[in-house]
Amino acid sequence: MVPNKDDVYGDHISNRFNDELLALKTRFLKMGGLVEAQIDSALQALIEGNGELAEEIRSNDRLVDRMEMDIDEEAMLIIARRQPTARDLRLVISVIRMVADLERVGDEAKKIARFAIKLTEEGQAPQGYAEVRNIGAHVMGMIHDSLDAFARLDSEQALRVMKEDKRVDEEYQSAARSLLTFMMEDTRNITHCMSVMWVLRALERVGDHACNIAENVIFMVKGEDVRHTPMEEAERIVGR
Amino acid sequence: MNTMSSTRINQVQAPEEKVMPVTVEKPENTVMEEGVTVGTPFADDAKFKLRNVEVFYGDSPAIKNISLDIARNEVIAFIGPSGCGKSTFLRCLNRMNDSIDACRVKGQLLLDGHDIYDAKRDVVELRARVGMVFQKPNPFPKSIYDNVAYGPRIHGLANRKSELDDIVENSLRKAGLWNEVKDRLDAMATGMSGGQQQRLCIARAIAVSPEVVLMDEPCSALDPIATAKVEELIAELSESFTIVIVTHSMQQAARVSHRTAYFHLGHLVEVNETSKVFTTPEHQLTESYISGRFG
Repeated sequence: MVPNKDDVYGDHISNRFNDELLALKTRFLKMGGLVEAQIDSALQALIEGNGELAEEIRSNDRLVDRMEMDIDEEAMLIIARRQPTARDLRLVISVIRMVADLERVGDEAKKIARFAIKLTEEGQAPQGYAEVRNIGAHVMGMIHDSLDAFARLDSEQALRVMKEDKRVDEEYQSAARSLLTFMMEDTRNITHCMSVMWVLRALERVGDHACNIAENVIFMVKGEDVRHTPMEEAERIVGR
Repeated sequence: MNTMSSTRINQVQAPEEKVMPVTVEKPENTVMEEGVTVGTPFADDAKFKLRNVEVFYGDSPAIKNISLDIARNEVIAFIGPSGCGKSTFLRCLNRMNDSIDACRVKGQLLLDGHDIYDAKRDVVELRARVGMVFQKPNPFPKSIYDNVAYGPRIHGLANRKSELDDIVENSLRKAGLWNEVKDRLDAMATGMSGGQQQRLCIARAIAVSPEVVLMDEPCSALDPIATAKVEELIAELSESFTIVIVTHSMQQAARVSHRTAYFHLGHLVEVNETSKVFTTPEHQLTESYISGRFG
């Protein structure tokens, strides 16, 4: 790989250090791409009732896990070899944290795939799928934007992702209420609706992980930890 | 993985394309201005109060208008590329520069409120209060005992042999050397290992009960184990002394110091808490230097 000298991580005296940081960044984005695809496929499998695709997602999850371990090892080696400081240190630490979030997103995709298989086998009317589609699109956007914010070191975009999380939580609450209504209308819906509820819950968690990634991007760029911080404070930090 | 899934994955990610030229977020401070230091160069409980210090070698300035406080019992590390003036500045603190004819020092340098460069100042007394440890261990060609006892003797710090013995033992203990040498105090100091010699020099420096110890790259000639011992010692000594250390090892500065001062071409660019300097430095030059972008 030829390091780009204009890249903020590509201008060290040691070219090998440049290569290592860029490789870490690229690998992380590659894993992000895979995880995005996993969620996308999981939703497709659920909505289209495609059991074959759902099986595929479950086997691909091993790939996600493998990537997590590889990236962790690479980050550990960079710390051992280079003792990174300042923004380099923040990049490595953030990647270690964010990779765990991506892996969890991968797990949520696997969970959705499991319910897709179950629901396909049960073959009931697709109640609650509109909500799944809606929240699914929303959290997919968040994951995509948080990875994009990472690639471009865009703390403002990361902040927007953080703000979206609240909306996802609201949408989840409202979807849960409508599913509850379906269940009250006809108790035979309960099994199906509970499965859909689990899917919604998984999607809501994906939103949380996207939010965590966004927080880490802000840490990388601004050097301030915005986890467990009121939104106004995060806005102030990003706006500085 | 079958063909279908790999196609899907390839469609979604295209990660290489995401690495595009970015808006570079670096510390905002990029300008290096004479007399301007970002961060926290001043301290409440100042042992040294240094204001507008300038040092010239002949006509050429080596230190350009630096103001800094060094607090009591703090460990402050001076870092910066070669030739940035950190050693020159360190040597001003006990007038070691006096021995260089072409060297002139301007500005106000106060130790406990008294001018270091006062014409009436006794330099020997000053250097007893502000001790120094050099890059290369430089023990006298005498016994281990005499190396440590030398200072207390000439300063008349001990009236009896037993008092002198106590000072020697205490100093060697503080320097973490007592157990290694207690049975051979009469042996020649030059026969010790490099790490032991350096710790002996530290014992010699602290034997005269200084208030400040200046260390000019004290570990650059030592192996990692001896380095670790000296660093351990610095942490212990900081309970009783103020320590100023010049080091080329960034990790050493990060490990031992409370505050770190970054020098660049004779300017004092940034002084901050060490934890801040190594995670979120305020000045771009500091960041570039500590992260290996120049040096």
